[in-house]
Amino acid sequence: MRFSFAVLAGADIIIIMAENLNCSYCNKPATVHLTQIVNNKIIKVDLCESCAQSKGVTDSEGYSLTDLLSKTNLGPEKGEPQITCPDCGLSTADFRRTGRLGCAACYQSFVPLLKPVLEDMHAGIIHKGKIPDVALSRQTSMAKLQSLESALLRAISEEAYEDAAKFRDEIQAYKEDAVSEAVQS
Amino acid sequence: MIESLLKADNAELTQSTKKGAPVVLSTRLRLARNLVDVPFPERASNSQRSDVMTRCADQIAELTQMKHGAFFDIAELSDLEKQVLVERHLISRELCESKSGSGVFINKDQTCSIMINEEDHLRIQFLKTGFSLRSIWKQIDRFDSSLENDLDLAFSSEFGYLTACPTNLGTGLRASVMLHLPGLVISEHMDKVIRAVNQLGITVRGLFGEGSDATGHVFQISNQQTLGESEGEIMARLGSVFKTIIDHEINARFKYIEENRARLLDQIGRAFGTLQNAHVINSNEAMNLLSLMRLAVDLEMLPEVNRSDVDRLFIECQPGHIQYAAGVGIEPDARDLCRADILREEFSRLPALDFDKVNKLG
Ligand SMILES: [Zn+2]
Ligand SMILES: [Zn+2]
Repeated sequence: MRFSFAVLAGADIIIIMAENLNCSYCNKPATVHLTQIVNNKIIKVDLCESCAQSKGVTDSEGYSLTDLLSKTNLGPEKGEPQITCPDCGLSTADFRRTGRLGCAACYQSFVPLLKPVLEDMHAGIIHKGKIPDVALSRQTSMAKLQSLESALLRAISEEAYEDAAKFRDEIQAYKEDAVSEAVQS
Repeated sequence: MIESLLKADNAELTQSTKKGAPVVLSTRLRLARNLVDVPFPERASNSQRSDVMTRCADQIAELTQMKHGAFFDIAELSDLEKQVLVERHLISRELCESKSGSGVFINKDQTCSIMINEEDHLRIQFLKTGFSLRSIWKQIDRFDSSLENDLDLAFSSEFGYLTACPTNLGTGLRASVMLHLPGLVISEHMDKVIRAVNQLGITVRGLFGEGSDATGHVFQISNQQTLGESEGEIMARLGSVFKTIIDHEINARFKYIEENRARLLDQIGRAFGTLQNAHVINSNEAMNLLSLMRLAVDLEMLPEVNRSDVDRLFIECQPGHIQYAAGVGIEPDARDLCRADILREEFSRLPALDFDKVNKLG
């Protein structure tokens, strides 16, 4: 068997040309063999000429093996959970095919499939960076206010006027707090 | 549409008056952000995409950083205009191919661009010549925080900023430094460096050209991982890898000069002669010749003031720029003629190479 080594420009991988393996995607004879070390684990993929082209492996613009693995279907693992995101309708098959999620809510729905992917891909699986404090506090106070307001409406429609008065006072107090906080800051 | 960008007299990458540096070309930071209540661009409907575009554009247009900036609807740009923006690192190839409802804001000195409805709703990018992760971080962080004042961003306390592709999850930060590494390439140490750096979670890729050759010896190093570390930790790691690579590059250059002085002077001399006299030059050859000219500036064979000319030509010799400068519809072959004309003109103005500078070294 003949081997030759080359560094693919534009990529962080070593290509070894060999001649006895089949393409991971279409089973044609593979001519491009990729190896990348991610978190000390060696990942290998074999590709034929045309799949290498179509997966963008020869494109110097941007390529990493983790992208390739996450964006393509290397065959669904047996017995993996079939999930559909209630918000955007993304399915397990969609996720495996594109490697991308459909909406913010997907990050709750797809946790069982995501965790192992994230562990391989990143330095850790808990966010340690910047937190959008302003937006978050605005979102929580909006959510709080909305739930109080719907509770108020419900109490009124049920003619539970004592409860309604209580909710109205809470809403009033909440709004005043928000105003005084805004003034202080 | 993009005429004013190209004619700008203060564009960071092509007209910077700041002193450049050996080895490092520029630094870039990018943040991926999404709105909380709309599916990511790929899964959003056309009306949702245009809603995102309107909401983001309204906010961005108000920010002081965007004063005198420009906004482009991608659907209204020609293929050539898009290519020029890609070559100036202001938009991505992905944005060029996006569906309707995508756009980009570019600020006046072209240090900041914000892509709307690329892979994520927002891709915020700041860049500068030279190495300056910290100061760019301050700018981009402030910019990001001012957007957050009015837009509800998709964020979870566990996973951080939520992005369409899990590779960007967490900080959404991609920090990259563009490096000119002729020493490591010529001494054939580049593959070793790439492997070593990879194990530290840093990616190295060639910046120019297509296929299997890192044209112009220009590489981009960037972080692979975005989750599980803070922005500061990510940049510190990139910064230390950056310093190590620079040390190796400088050592490789000195070693090469010591062992192959005549050969190196010959290569630089011939490159200079070619640039002053050639009549047909393709993009790859131009990049490789310019690489030797940047090395000549580093070795003081050319005056430091000409460094920015070389760096500008790295961008202006790209196919899209040549085509755009020539006006409509020239054939690829004619591009090589135009490129040679430009280079002959530019290099006729430079002083002769000072070979004594290198002969005094070592
Ligand atoms: Zn194949
Ligand atoms: Zn979803």
